[in-house]
Amino acid sequence: MRVNNVVCMFCGALCDDLELVVEGDRITEVRKGCAIGKKKFLHYQEPVLSPMVDGKVVDLEEAIQVAVDILSSSRYPLIYGLSSTTCEGQVAAVRLAKAIGANIDSTSSVCHGPSTIAKQIVGVSTATLGEVKNRADLVIFWGCNPAASHPRHFNRYSVLPKGQFIPGGREGRRVVVVDVRPTPTARIADTFLQVTPGGDYEALSTLRALLKKIPPDREEVAGIPLARWEELAEACKAARYGILFFGMGLTMSRGRYMNVVAALSLVRDLNAFTRFGAIAMRGHGNVTGSEQALAWTTGYPFAVNFSRGTPRYSPGEFTAVDLLARGEVDAVLVIASDPAAHFPAAAVRHLEQVPVIALDPHPTVTTSVAKVVIPCAVSGISAAGTAYRMDGVPLRAKKVISVAYPSDAEILASISEGVKQ
Amino acid sequence: MIKIINGEVYDPLNKIAGEIREIWVEGGKIINPPTKPRTPVEVIDAAGMLVMPGGVDIHSHIAGSKVNAGRVMRPEVHGWGEGRSLYTAEETGHLYARMGYTTVMEAAVAPLKARHTHEELNHIPVLDKGCYTLMGNNHLVLDCVRRKDLNTLKNVVAWLLSASRGMALKVVNAGGVENWKRGGNVRSLDDSVVEWGVTPREIITMLVEANEALGLPHSVHLHCHNLGLPGNYRSTLETLQALEGRRVHLTHLQFYSYGGKGQADFCSRAQEVAEEVNAQPLVTVDVGQVIFGDVTTMTADAPAQYGLYRITGNRWISTDVNMESGAGIVPLAFRPRSPVNSIQWAVGLELFLLIEDPWRVFLTTDHPNAGPFTMYPQVIKLLMDRDYREEMMGSLHPKTFKRTTLAEIRREYTLSEIAVITRAGPARALGLKDKGHLGVGADADIAIYRKGNDWEEVFSRAAYVLKAGELVIKDGEMVRGTWGKTFRVDTPRDPRVEKVVKDKYQRWGTVSFDNYGVEDAYLPREEVIRCR
Repeated sequence: MRVNNVVCMFCGALCDDLELVVEGDRITEVRKGCAIGKKKFLHYQEPVLSPMVDGKVVDLEEAIQVAVDILSSSRYPLIYGLSSTTCEGQVAAVRLAKAIGANIDSTSSVCHGPSTIAKQIVGVSTATLGEVKNRADLVIFWGCNPAASHPRHFNRYSVLPKGQFIPGGREGRRVVVVDVRPTPTARIADTFLQVTPGGDYEALSTLRALLKKIPPDREEVAGIPLARWEELAEACKAARYGILFFGMGLTMSRGRYMNVVAALSLVRDLNAFTRFGAIAMRGHGNVTGSEQALAWTTGYPFAVNFSRGTPRYSPGEFTAVDLLARGEVDAVLVIASDPAAHFPAAAVRHLEQVPVIALDPHPTVTTSVAKVVIPCAVSGISAAGTAYRMDGVPLRAKKVISVAYPSDAEILASISEGVKQ
Repeated sequence: MIKIINGEVYDPLNKIAGEIREIWVEGGKIINPPTKPRTPVEVIDAAGMLVMPGGVDIHSHIAGSKVNAGRVMRPEVHGWGEGRSLYTAEETGHLYARMGYTTVMEAAVAPLKARHTHEELNHIPVLDKGCYTLMGNNHLVLDCVRRKDLNTLKNVVAWLLSASRGMALKVVNAGGVENWKRGGNVRSLDDSVVEWGVTPREIITMLVEANEALGLPHSVHLHCHNLGLPGNYRSTLETLQALEGRRVHLTHLQFYSYGGKGQADFCSRAQEVAEEVNAQPLVTVDVGQVIFGDVTTMTADAPAQYGLYRITGNRWISTDVNMESGAGIVPLAFRPRSPVNSIQWAVGLELFLLIEDPWRVFLTTDHPNAGPFTMYPQVIKLLMDRDYREEMMGSLHPKTFKRTTLAEIRREYTLSEIAVITRAGPARALGLKDKGHLGVGADADIAIYRKGNDWEEVFSRAAYVLKAGELVIKDGEMVRGTWGKTFRVDTPRDPRVEKVVKDKYQRWGTVSFDNYGVEDAYLPREEVIRCR
């Protein structure tokens, strides 16, 4: 059987044109996807874990019951992850967090959380990826490497496609890459500016100053001659429609949200000359959706705490890394993510000391340290639901095959039921 | 089976004004008093209380991408209570319900993001909902207008409503948002939309024609150009004259009734605008009353929002949506000490009081633009109680009364008129036959208020609210969580329109055509209004 227009939930570009060949309950062929997407559909289509408690295989009901017991007796639990599950799963996680008075946080807090904080300070001028395709004649990639992380981004949205008002496609666009090293993305650039590590804030602020005709009193900024920044500032002003894509090079280097404040302020200021927008290069397939779902259910995008019944928001206080590194939480439920592999050592040490419940279809470092492992269907393959693209466009991910295990949303609903009893 | 006894009933559609009547409810509907009740009867004694149909809000921003972007940008104004203007989906349902409102329309949805709107609408408890589909800057529409092809336009409108699961056709600053994508806007009905060679006048009149030809229950819901600008009453009158004799709804008219050239001579022209509305019997309006305090302005009128950002220097979100629309969000405060804000406040009240037919002017604050919907009871008090109005006027900037006629107006609204502008009128304008009244067969959405001396208090916390026949609010508190339905329209269309649309989306869109329309899964509880 052929299934067309399948949404790939691997990355935030959310390509939705994949063609799958399905035989029974197996995907045997994937067309149009990138190498990573294909691999996900072919080799990660089924949950390969079994329900486990303390390393022993149990049945699903028992694993869920142990999870219920841990969360019911916890005084200060943390629910973390969310970025690779559907919005239905994310909403179910919020309901559970509310029921048990938990902290709830997404992988945003270790990727683009600083971008969200910057939005709260500046706002953001932005656009859908379709506007980039149809209008953008200047595309800047700053501190991001879509050639590796979002392989079809250039092709579908940002560099190559012929647009309504960009009939020449690639020839109609100037591509600028700013990064601390020559990345694969830099190879496709018309202009590559290699800034010194930690120089982004200074560089972005220089561009803002140049727009305001207050040139800095020096020859070189962030390791690059001032004349080149002047040339870029002029190019930005002369563009008909400019777009700045930015990534973790800004959000996770020194300065964090202030780097993004500088970037969003620059983009905002450019609108006095022309139209300009910024788009955060969101990584995981539905990390954008996690901010959306948390916002309409709690009012806040991440770092939410329910211990007083009503939601409170405080990045730094209720963000997962901080809660763990300070040793505050006494139980952790991880959904669709692998903090044990990616968090700083101090946070991981605490993770190893408290009971962890991991919902995941596949073995990860986190499932290996978890007390309870609950396998689930794979979102976008064996579980349907909503996912949001990096530009906020929502799509419905399909259920292409059936598997023995329920979806995240269903498992979380069962845990909520159990906790209430 | 429920019986409501001893209450003073206000049901303007059925010409009942304060009579003591019994109301019987079964199966979510209002029924004739049974000769022999079959099931045990639950009795609600409404002695000393007002009984009205559930409130109907014709224009509010409660769900979808810009509402959520506002929440994300402004954690500082989230929650209940004074000075708060952004609520979660759950709070939205509770806060409306406890004021006796049971049906609310989300006023602006770009079809590409309609799935998001419906996801959120599904998480709003109690209320029945619907949403309006943005079309005034849609490329498919502009293309039909350019070719003067009304027949294809009708089909495109029908298709867009179906793809977005919309309730009505919304136009926001026709052509202006498209020009904004090149840094421009439109200032008059006859300005040109760049690259398209069409004018706002052509877009609006053709969409009104298509809307009426399709027999849609609501008229075109029109957000005019020149939002919030001094002197804009001229373009408002011009728009009304261009549509003379047609059915149209002008939304948040308060923002379009200003005279003067700038801040120094800013003044009200509500009188002229109200006169024109009075003269055109098919025109309905909602006011968008200003409430003093903190607000979050959010609209698809992205160029207007850039202007507001430039004036205030506040935070600014702008989102361009390819082929369809845009959006802008700017936090704002309305201050009683500001002459401009005071005049804006007075303009809204003037419109309420100078438009003679209450069936054509509806209570809104364009939530959360001119104020939060939670302040409707205060607006009701301002309309019903002249002493209170004058007391409040005393605290405003003195210039207000030289530049508006408010001080000269003596009218006070009656309870029946309040029932019209908050439920019966909007329900009729939306074509919702089972809403806004208490006749047999109507949906049993009923608000019961304890009488008192202070109208604001009376309407802030309903004593009882029934939604679809179930008691959901008692003494202003939620007693039962229920889930309402989503209204959408369905109108026959030529299946060949899909090919026209598909071709354009495949070339210029970024999602597969098959993934574009909102799936049935997002409307688990829907009521489809079928047009001829």
